[in-house]
Amino acid sequence: MHKIFIRSFVSSLVFLFTLTVAAVAKDVKAAFVYIGPTGDHGWTYQHDVGRKAVEAAGFKTTYVEGVPESADAERVLRQLANSGHDVIFTTSFGYMNPTNKVAKEFPNVKFEHATGYKREHPNVSTYAARFYEGRAILGTIAGTMTKSNVIGYVASFPIPEVIRGINSFTLAAQKVNPNIKTKIVWAFTWYDPGKESEAAKALIDQGADIIAQHTDSTAIVQIAEKAGVYAFGQASDMDKFAPKAVLTSVENNWGPYYVERVKAVANGTWSQKDTWHGIGDGMVVISDLDSAMPSDLQAKVKKLQADLASGKVHAFTGPIYDQKGDLMVAAGKTADDGMLAGMMTYVKGVEGDIPK
Amino acid sequence: MIKIVKRDQPSRAIFFLTPILAIFLTLVAGGLIFYIIGFKPFEALKFFFIVPIADMYGFSELLLKATPLCLIAIGLSFCFKSNNWNIGAEGQLTFGAIVSGGVALIFYEQEGFYILPIVILAGAIGGMLYASIPAILKTYFNTNEILVSLMLVYVSKLILDYLVVGPWSNPEGFNFPETRQFSDSARLPILFDGLRIHAGIFLALAAVVASWFIFYKTYLGFQMKVSGFSLKTAKYAGYKGKKMIILVFLISGACAGLAGVGEITGPIGQLHREVSPDYGFTAIIVAFLGRLHPIGIIFASLIVAITYLGAETAQIFMQIPKYTGQVFQGMILFFLLASDYLLFFKIKFTGLKK
Repeated sequence: MHKIFIRSFVSSLVFLFTLTVAAVAKDVKAAFVYIGPTGDHGWTYQHDVGRKAVEAAGFKTTYVEGVPESADAERVLRQLANSGHDVIFTTSFGYMNPTNKVAKEFPNVKFEHATGYKREHPNVSTYAARFYEGRAILGTIAGTMTKSNVIGYVASFPIPEVIRGINSFTLAAQKVNPNIKTKIVWAFTWYDPGKESEAAKALIDQGADIIAQHTDSTAIVQIAEKAGVYAFGQASDMDKFAPKAVLTSVENNWGPYYVERVKAVANGTWSQKDTWHGIGDGMVVISDLDSAMPSDLQAKVKKLQADLASGKVHAFTGPIYDQKGDLMVAAGKTADDGMLAGMMTYVKGVEGDIPK
Repeated sequence: MIKIVKRDQPSRAIFFLTPILAIFLTLVAGGLIFYIIGFKPFEALKFFFIVPIADMYGFSELLLKATPLCLIAIGLSFCFKSNNWNIGAEGQLTFGAIVSGGVALIFYEQEGFYILPIVILAGAIGGMLYASIPAILKTYFNTNEILVSLMLVYVSKLILDYLVVGPWSNPEGFNFPETRQFSDSARLPILFDGLRIHAGIFLALAAVVASWFIFYKTYLGFQMKVSGFSLKTAKYAGYKGKKMIILVFLISGACAGLAGVGEITGPIGQLHREVSPDYGFTAIIVAFLGRLHPIGIIFASLIVAITYLGAETAQIFMQIPKYTGQVFQGMILFFLLASDYLLFFKIKFTGLKK
């Protein structure tokens, strides 16, 4: 009798415990704040793919799209924090100050800010992807596939993230083809199909037969398709928008990180972190390679991908020289994260000046 | 039978009733759109127009959002009343923000009561300078002020881009496109703890009172109205047309510049690429919805402001796409322009004739 009582008591305790854990886990609500429309097929689209992965993992999610980085961001964040969300992902650099400000007022809500560097409160984490690893792969392909030795590159804003990409791309291209030149056009936008198209056309007119982009719309690959030159997809697999032109795409794969962080909130194991993941952690993904690429190039790309993932190869391995010919990274050394984070000089082989 | 008859004179009652009619039609059409895309229309409208301002915080956010819209629209009403089509308030706002932001950055390490007035004044002057360009080109070179003022919007945004990316970017900011944060002395004071509503609202209210006084109590206001009706009459009466054009542009520019100051020294606290979510363009809708009347503009700015807040709330709670906010703004203007037809024509119902 006594025994039965204890057994049933224990089992009901266990049952209750699992019930509460399950209930807590399922009750966590995540919110996502987007800079653009979810249908941009670039930056925001990929974050929304990540959000859907969180939904698929059994959590409730909310999103707000097209939130300007003006005074409005703070209101949206406060509203989300106030309406029962446990973790809020703010997916654009310009949300940095509002994120930290609202985080101070809501210490029980976790905040995850993409691409920023401020973690002023213990409930703020930052995360970003090592896109430059993907760009090293694009550079290898571009250097091999170009015939004119002129590669066009549509850039958004002269910030370290973009400069780093241009450099990584150019260094990798030079490794397979020392004669290449990278021509840059600054579009001063992240998403503006009109401006991006103009930039791509200008580069093609200047003899570029491959166009790389660090802006988010599908306009550039479509221009490339029409002009009969090659291009690379940005953020998402853009192959379906320009099947002939797109050789491959660098995809931003946020899903695994988002699921991991939301689960951490559910389990109570969330803590402040600064995450910078690359190909190895699966945050940067290379899409299928186009059949226009010769098989030895495809093999080379696959190997580089594996080496970047394992850390055997670093995209910034010396000797690296800047435009003036001064040494940036000594032979045999690799650039450290501090240098990468603040990179504001072009490497040798990039044409033009960084707009100041 | 329904007959459409031209009115002898535009109806004054209709003039003030059409904005209300436009808002009503917008609500009906909006509800219909919600219904068509699969949402409960009344619930959606509730989340759009009532929930966002149901508490003190929401109401303060409404005022925060309406402040720049009201200020700019008051300025624009000077231009529009006198037949000057200043479409570039967004540029004047941006340039005002640049100048006042520049001054605020000079004082970034200093505290003192004298800083804020200088920063505010700098913004007004910046907006005036920028508005004087289309005004001078119009008066002395006969250019079209619509084109010039509009194009200058893009120029101002590029200047801002250049400054925050390059020379004014925060030296400790890893080259991201933003300036340092302004010191507290360069910030407009917050009116209530925990809310964002700031002293800029007094600037807007002062502009409302001043514009009412000028429009209805001064000879200058009368001259503006006459020039608006007919430039020839104004000339015949001996009014100085060129001075008038420059004056209304300067007033308009100052108001837009002050709106820029309110944003950067109020809720934002620094300069970056997006100081305004196109307040300068939205204020054009506000000015017309308010019938270019100071009191009308107050109401119009509140109504347009709520479309922004409502769009956010509707997306958070009902997953309605946020861009419906812009659809609402467009519909209000559309129905207003459409119902202006009733100003000049009336619909007569007559009995059926056999």
